[in-house]
Amino acid sequence: MNFPILSAIIFIPLIGALFIFITRGEQKNVEKNSKYVAIFSSLANLFLSLLLWYSFDNTTSNFQFIEEKDWMAGYINFQLGIDGISILFVLLTTFIAPVCIFSGIRSIKFKIKEFLIAILVMETLMLGVFCSLDLVIFYLFFEGGLIPMFLIIGIWGGPKRVYSAFKFFLFTLLGSVLMLVAIISIYWITGTTDIIKLLDTRITQEYQYLLWLAFFSSFAVKLPMWPVHTWLPDAHVEAPTAGSVVLAAILLKMAGYGFMRFSLGLFPLASDYFTPLIFALSIIAIIYTSLVALMQDDMKKLIAYSSVAHMGFVTLGIFSITQQGLEGSIIQMISHGLISSALFLCVGVVYDRYQSRMISSYGGLVNIMPKYAFVFMIFTLAALGLPGTSGFVGEFLVLVGVFQKNVLVAVLASLGVILAAAYMLWLYRRVIFGRIASSEIKDMKDLDKTEIYIFASLVFLILFFGVYPEPLFNTIDVSVSNLINNYQTDLNFYVVQKNN
Amino acid sequence: MQTIVYILPELFLSVTIMTLLMIGVFIKNSFKMVNLLTLLSLIFAIVLVLNQTGEIVKIFNESYIIDSLAIFMKVLTLLFCLFVLLSSKDYIKFNGIDKIEYPIIILASTLGMIIMISSYDLIIFYLGLELQSLSLYILASFKREDERSTEAGLKYFILSALASGLLLYGCSLIYGFTGSTNFQIISTNLSAENTGAVFGIVFIIVGIAFKVSAVPFHMWTPDVYEGSPTSVTSFFALIPKIAAITVFIRFMYVPFINVISQWQIIIIFLSIASMILGAVAAIGQNNIKRLMAYSSIGHMGYALAGLATGTNEGIQSTIIYLTIYLVMNLGAFSCIFMMKRENIFYENINDLSGLSKNHPMLAFSFLIILFSLAGIPPLAGFFAKFYIFMAVIENKMYTLAIIGLVTTVVSAFYYLRIIKIIYFDKPKKAFAESYDWGLKTSLILSSVLILIYFAYPTMLTNVVSSIIIY
Repeated sequence: MNFPILSAIIFIPLIGALFIFITRGEQKNVEKNSKYVAIFSSLANLFLSLLLWYSFDNTTSNFQFIEEKDWMAGYINFQLGIDGISILFVLLTTFIAPVCIFSGIRSIKFKIKEFLIAILVMETLMLGVFCSLDLVIFYLFFEGGLIPMFLIIGIWGGPKRVYSAFKFFLFTLLGSVLMLVAIISIYWITGTTDIIKLLDTRITQEYQYLLWLAFFSSFAVKLPMWPVHTWLPDAHVEAPTAGSVVLAAILLKMAGYGFMRFSLGLFPLASDYFTPLIFALSIIAIIYTSLVALMQDDMKKLIAYSSVAHMGFVTLGIFSITQQGLEGSIIQMISHGLISSALFLCVGVVYDRYQSRMISSYGGLVNIMPKYAFVFMIFTLAALGLPGTSGFVGEFLVLVGVFQKNVLVAVLASLGVILAAAYMLWLYRRVIFGRIASSEIKDMKDLDKTEIYIFASLVFLILFFGVYPEPLFNTIDVSVSNLINNYQTDLNFYVVQKNN
Repeated sequence: MQTIVYILPELFLSVTIMTLLMIGVFIKNSFKMVNLLTLLSLIFAIVLVLNQTGEIVKIFNESYIIDSLAIFMKVLTLLFCLFVLLSSKDYIKFNGIDKIEYPIIILASTLGMIIMISSYDLIIFYLGLELQSLSLYILASFKREDERSTEAGLKYFILSALASGLLLYGCSLIYGFTGSTNFQIISTNLSAENTGAVFGIVFIIVGIAFKVSAVPFHMWTPDVYEGSPTSVTSFFALIPKIAAITVFIRFMYVPFINVISQWQIIIIFLSIASMILGAVAAIGQNNIKRLMAYSSIGHMGYALAGLATGTNEGIQSTIIYLTIYLVMNLGAFSCIFMMKRENIFYENINDLSGLSKNHPMLAFSFLIILFSLAGIPPLAGFFAKFYIFMAVIENKMYTLAIIGLVTTVVSAFYYLRIIKIIYFDKPKKAFAESYDWGLKTSLILSSVLILIYFAYPTMLTNVVSSIIIY
C-alpha cells in the first residue's frame, strides 16, 4: 500500500486546525464551522486509524507502514512507522481526541475556535510521538506538545491556572532537555538517530548508564514518577476537563511508551542495572500517592493522584521484563487512558453544572442524577480494577509479571489495589450517596444526549476489553516477545563480554 | 584597477552616503526621499554583494578578504538593515526622529560593519570598527531632547571607547610580538609560548566581547537598549551582532587558530556566563526593551558556545544560530513597534495584557516568536540551539551543553511570563490597528519563517555548509 497513511493520520488534525485558523466572518458562524471542522477531522482520523489497525499485520514484529523522507541533509531522516506497541497508542489518541472535542464544545465558554485549534495541534503532536522512528523527530513532537498544553491549561483553566501552567511547562522542559543531550550524544556515539538502526546497535557499556539516566529524567517527569509527580495534581486540577483528559489519557502514556521503546530497547544493560530503582520508586508511588489520594477533598486532585499510582503499575510491569508484565503495562496504559478520561469527564459533568470540584459540595446525587450515578459507578469499579473491566486485566497481568521477578514488590504493589478500592469507593459514596448536600444541587440536570453518547462509548470499550481483551493481545503479542528476546540477547551479550 | 570590482558594494555605499548627505542638505524636508533612497541603495548593495562569487579573493596587499563567510554576513547585514528601517518607519515618524541624518548614519555604520566583516588586517578591521562605533554613538543619542536617550548615548560612548582602547592595545601587542598586522602572517608567527601575544589576544577578546555584549562586558546593554529610541534598539539588537560575531570568527579562526588552547577556555567562560546571566537577570524585568537586552545577552552566549568548539561545524552552527536569532528578534521588535496607542509607543510588558483578545493575530505571532526565542520545538529557535549543541557535544564539551540546556529552561520562564500576560491576563485598551506595510511585512515574514522552518531545515544549512574557514 503506497498511500502514506501514517502521515495522513498525523497531519489531518493539523490541516483541520489550519482550516479553523483561516475561517473568518461572523462570530457565530465561525464558531459553528470550527466545531464541524474539528469534529469532522478528528472522526475522520479515528476512522483512518481503525483502517490502519485493520490492515495491520500482527504476525511480525517489524515496523510497518514505514515512510521515509529526507529532512536534515544526510544525517536525520523524517521517518515514520509503527509496530504492535505503538499502534494501540495511536488508536487511543485518535479515540480520545474526538471525546475531548465533544466535551470541550459543551463546556468551554469562550475562545472556542482557539481551543479547537489547540486540541487538534495537540493531537497531531501526540500522534507524531507514537509514530516517529527517529529520535530527533520523536523529541520534536514530544516537546512540541508543551506549547498547546500550556495554553490549554493557562487560558481555559481554573483560578490557579497560571501557576499550574508554569509548573507543568518548566518541570517537563527541565526533564526533557537532558534527553536532548542524550539524543545528540547517541548521534555522535553511533552515527545515527534512526530508531530501527539503533535497536540493532549495541551502545557501549560506559555510555549506557548516563544515557539511560538522561532519558529517565525526561520520562520520569512526564509519567510522572514519585518524587517528580507534583506538577500533575496541579495541572490536572486547573486544566479544563478536556485538558485533563488529554493529559491523563495520552500525555502520560508518552513516557510509558518511551520507557518501553527507548529505555528497554536501547539500553538493556542500564535498564537491568536500574530496575531496583524503578521498582522502589514505583512502589512508593503506588502506596504513597494512594494514601495521599485518600485525603483529598478535591475530586480532580484525587483522580490525579490515583493516576500517579496507576502509572506506578505501568513502570513495574515494564521493568519486570516478562511477557505478562509488559503486555499488562500496555493494557494498563490503554485502560487507564479510557478510565481516567472517563472519570475526569464525570467530574466535568458536575463541575459544568455547579462550578465546584469539592467532594463536600455534593452528596446524594443518585437521587438527582440516576444515569450519572450509574456510569460513574462503572468507572469507579473499573478504576479499582474490578474483574470484568479493562482495569483488572492490566493490573492483574502486571502483578503476575512482577511476581516472577520479585515477590516482595508484587505483594507491596497489591496493597495499592486495596488502597485504590478504598479511595475510589469512598469518593463514590460521598458524592453519590448520603444526604443531598445543599438545596442548590437539587436543580442539577441529569446527563444529556451528547454526554450519554460519550460515556456510552467509554463504558462499552472498558467493559469490552475487560471481558474480551483478545484483540489487544493479538496486536501486541509478537512485538512484545520480540522486545523481550532482543533485551535478553543483548543482556547476555554484555554479560559474556564482561566475563571475557 | 581590477581589484576595485571586488569592493563595489563598499564603494557604492560610500558614494550613496555622500550623495544622500548632499540631497539632505540642499533639498528642504527631504527625509522621505532620503529614506526611500537609502532603502533602494541597500537593495542595490545586496545585489552587488550577491554578484560576487564565493571564491576566496584577497586584495590590497592581502588586507581585505572576500569569501563565502564575508558574502553571507554582508547579505545578512544589509538585508536586516533594510528590514529594521522598514519596520521602524512609523516609530521614527511619531517620535520626531525623522531627520535626514538618521538613515544616513545607519548607512554609515552599516558600511563600517561591512568593512569589518571583510577585514583581513588589524588596521582595516579597526577602521571599520570605528566607523561603525562612531555612528552607533550618535544613533543611541539620536532623540536629543530625551534624557534617557542622551544618557544611553553617553554611556555607550564612554564604555565602548574604553573597549575600543583595549582592543587597540591588544592589536598593538599582537603587532609587536608577531611583527605584522596581516591575519595570515600573524597566524604563522604566533605560538602559545609567545606570552605577550597571548595578552594581546585576551585584550582583543575583551574588546569584541564588549561589542557582542557577552558577560562580563555586558553592563552597557540593558541601559542602552532601554534608553535609545526603540528603532535604534532594534538596530542595536540585530545588526552590530552580525559584524561582531563575524569578526570573532575571523580572529579566532584565522590569526589565533594555533593558540586555541589559550583562548578556548575564555570563550567557554564568556559563553556560560552570558547564558546564565541572560537567563537569570531577565526574570525581573518589566520593560520589554530591557528584557530583550538580557535575552540578547543570553542568545549571544549560545552563539559563542558554537564558536568555542574550534571546528568548522561549530562555526557553522554559530552562523545558523545568528541567522535564526536575527529573524526572531526582527519579529520581536516588530511586535514591540506595534505596541502603539494614539501615537504613543508603550514599553512595559504589562501593556501587553490581554493582547490576545484585541489583536488575535498579533498575539499569535508574538506567541510563536516568544516560544521560538525560548527554543521550544518545532519552532526555528529550537533548531538554532540544536545545531549549537550538536557541535558542542561532538567535541565532548558536556558541561557546556548541560549548562546551556538548563539555562534554556530558566530563560523559558521569562518568555512564558510575557505569553502569560498576552494570553492569560485581563485585556486592556486595544492598541492602534493601522500599521505601516513595512512593519506588517517584517512581522509576517519572520513569524512564517519561524513557523515553517522545521519543514525545510536544509534551506539554511545548505547555504551555511559552504562556509569553511580553515
